[in-house]
Order: sequence, then C-alpha cells, then structure tokens
Amino acid sequence: MTMPFGYVSPEQVMKDRADYARKGIARGRSVLVLAFDGGILFCGENPSRALHKISEIYDRIAFAAVGKYNEFENLRMAGVRYADLRGYSYDRADVTGRGLANVFAQTLGAIFTQESKPFEVEIAIAEVGQTPDEDQIYRLTYDGSVAEERGFVVMGGQAEQVHTELEQRYQPGMTLADSLSLAVELLGRDPAGGEHRTLTGPQLEVAVLDRARPRRTFRRISGPLLDRLLGHEPSEEGPHVPTPDEKDTSPPTALAGGSHEPPGPVRNDDEA
Amino acid sequence: MPHGTTIVALSFPHGVVMAGDRRATMGNYIAQRDIEKVFHADDYSCVGIAGTAGIAIEMVRLFQVELEHYEKIEGATLSLEGKANRLAQMIRGNLGMAMQGLAVVPLFAGYDLETDVGRIFSYDITGGRYEEHKFHSVGSGSLFARGALKKLWQEELSPDDAVLCAVQSLYDAADEDSATGGPDLTRRIFPVVATVTTDGYRRLSDDEVGAFVDTVIAGRMDNPGGPPAPLR
Repeated sequence: MTMPFGYVSPEQVMKDRADYARKGIARGRSVLVLAFDGGILFCGENPSRALHKISEIYDRIAFAAVGKYNEFENLRMAGVRYADLRGYSYDRADVTGRGLANVFAQTLGAIFTQESKPFEVEIAIAEVGQTPDEDQIYRLTYDGSVAEERGFVVMGGQAEQVHTELEQRYQPGMTLADSLSLAVELLGRDPAGGEHRTLTGPQLEVAVLDRARPRRTFRRISGPLLDRLLGHEPSEEGPHVPTPDEKDTSPPTALAGGSHEPPGPVRNDDEA
Repeated sequence: MPHGTTIVALSFPHGVVMAGDRRATMGNYIAQRDIEKVFHADDYSCVGIAGTAGIAIEMVRLFQVELEHYEKIEGATLSLEGKANRLAQMIRGNLGMAMQGLAVVPLFAGYDLETDVGRIFSYDITGGRYEEHKFHSVGSGSLFARGALKKLWQEELSPDDAVLCAVQSLYDAADEDSATGGPDLTRRIFPVVATVTTDGYRRLSDDEVGAFVDTVIAGRMDNPGGPPAPLR
C-alpha cells in the first residue's frame, strides 16, 4: 500500500498531542487537593490575587487546575454555567461532582481529538460529602480521561514526586492545619533536588470546601487566617475553618489569553 | 391564585431590616398561612415580594441565581446599585403579565459595603427603581404599615429596636388589612424578619421573632393602637 506524502499515523498524532499537552502542564507549578477531616483542602503556589487556579463551582463542589490559564478559565466558566443552570432548572441537590466531571471529560476529550491543539490543562473536581466517606475527588487530564481518586490529587510540574511522597505521608482524617502544612512543605520541594523553599501566605492560594458550613461550603483562606494556620497553631483548634471567613474581594478576573502562569522551577527541557 | 401581602423595610445605622407577614390570599380566602415572602438575595442583600406569589417567587429564584452566578464568574460581587438595577430589569420583563393583572412588586434592601449604610429600593410594575430613605413598605397592607413606620422610625435605632419597629408596623397592617396576617399565637407562626449588616444577611429564628412578638402583644393588651406618638 502506498502512503500519501506527509502521512502521519493516528497513533503518532495522538502521541504528539499528548506530549505537547504534558509538556505545557509540566511547566507550571503544582496544585494539591487533599481531603481532611473537616472537608477538602486546595493548595497551590500562586502569587496572583486575581488570577485563580482554585475556584468555587457550586454549593459543595470546587475546581482546581494547572496549565494554561485561559484554557482552564474557559472550562471553569463552563462548569459554573452548567452547575448554576442545573441547580436552577431542578434543585440545588441535583448538581453533583460526578455530573460535572462527566461534562468536563466530554469537553476535554472532544478538544483533544478534534482541535488542532489539545488543552494544556489538568483539572481536579472535588465534592465534599456529608461525611468523609462521601467525599469525591475527580482528576481529569488533557485527553478527557477521568479518574476518581481517594484522599488526594496532585497536579502540575512536580506531580510525580509529590504524589509518591504523599502516598507515604497522607493519612485520612488529618486536621486542616496538619494537611495544610504537609501541602505547603511538599509544594516547596525542588524537583531538581535543590534546597527546599518555605512558602509563605502571599505566595499561596488556599481554599477549602468546609463540610460544616451550610449551603455554599467553599471558602478562600488568606491573610491573617492563613498565617495563623501556617504558624502551626495547635492543631486541636478544630476541624473546620474558623469564621469570619475571608471574603473574596479580588477584582474581576482578567480574561486575557496567553500564559499567565508564573514561571515554575527551572527544568531541564530534554527530560520532558 | 395566591397573592402575597405586606412587606416592610427600614434602615438603621449601618444596616437594614426587612420583615414580611406570613399570609397569602386568594380572593377572600387565605391560601396559605405560613408563606415566606422575605428572601436571602445574596450575602449582603434581601428581597421581599408582594403580588402574584408564583411569579414573584420564580423571579426571586432567578435573581438569586444571577447574583451568585455573577459572583462566581467574575470573582467579585455586584455593587448594591447593580443588584437593584438587575432586579428592575427583571420586573420590567414581567410588564406584559402585570398589565393582565399578575403584577409583582418586590422590595429590595441591602448593606452597601462601599458606604457602610443600609439602603432600600422600591419598584413599580414598569421596572421603575426608586431609592427609599428611612423606611418603605409594599403590598396590600403597606399604607397602614407605612403610617406606623412614620410614627415609630427614628434616626438612631438600635438593630433590636429596628426589628421591633418592623414587627409593630406589620401588626398595624394586619390590624387594618384583612389580607395581611397578624402573629398567629396558637400556631406560633410569626413574621419572617431578616437583617443585613456588615456581618451579612441574617434571618432571625422563630424564637427570636417570638420574643419581639410577645413584647408587641403585651404592649397592645394595654393599648391596642400600639405605642402612642407624642403630640408635640
């Protein structure tokens, strides 16, 4: 059989696209999602106060992403629209993390196969349940594959190393302060084996889905509250976030295209 | 179809209180005796409805979703003016139905984070939006409630006194208007009362409102017309 000039096999096309997406994602910094006794914690390194990687989707559902900002922001807005429309048409109880993960999987899958360039994003959707057993965390990758994870999800640049370490150190039922300090410690690791950095409040984006709250459970943690939690206060302080919570008063999120990702740790390009 | 009746709102330093009676009427029948007509719009505002209950409740539901949706998409809350304007557009959209007799007349109130005051907005069926200072009321018993508010409202009301003032005015509305329900002591059904302050929206529990109702009723045992205003 003669091959037309310039023929590329589908296997090769898919592989190239996957490599392309993986490379883009690996450039960014990691985001961690951890279930703790009082809910679900989201933690990422992000010095920007306005361009979020972690966002509220619905009453008990939140979204975290790494990769290209304009691409995951697109998905986030679609997710909020889906959730609000569902909740309005039916009932707030009918909006589920599973449904949302399905929608995202469809979208990402379609973009991966049909568009000329895949989305360079990785996404976590978490839904906090009434009890820790009912917590759900989904991880979605650039090609639309979905995985339900138990306990934690790591995404972004140093994902593999952090994941290995978390497997050893993560325990279900940790307090918020303990899981936050674990997350911050792991985020400060240098993948190249260099010196560990100690991340401080302004460098971090932290949010929780707080099981104990009624209705909208998503709360950002920043400012004095975050400093207090990072200061390794006695962990008996309580499982859920102390009120009054930090009201999110950041200016409207800019929707400019391009990569707004702060440069991550320097990586050797040939190992990607 | 059921109609909602009286809603009152009044401002006090750094906040606003809104209260509504619990009666819905269908002609001369009582359609429901424990309907709720004061709703949480978002963390810093509330909305009360008078008029065709079905349309009004649906409008409030949509309004709530729109405020929350904006907040999540933009990462910031709408200004109080912005919320009031959005509600005006929604009422304007119902003009056709209103002309056929299915009017909805909400009362909107909230805490303005920028100026640290409670503000009240009233509407007409065409979507006209009017800012009220001090106090306002809507619904069939609104004239009687407003008369009471005029005599009771003062510049420096404490939050508790503002709530008492709202409950007093609703009592007066129920006293004169057959479509407005008074406190139902046998069933313990009391007005819905909500405050919006710098701490956000808070609906008072039935026990809290019950205490205010008891005060009002005890006073009215001696003087059925309520607290007399000084003549000069």
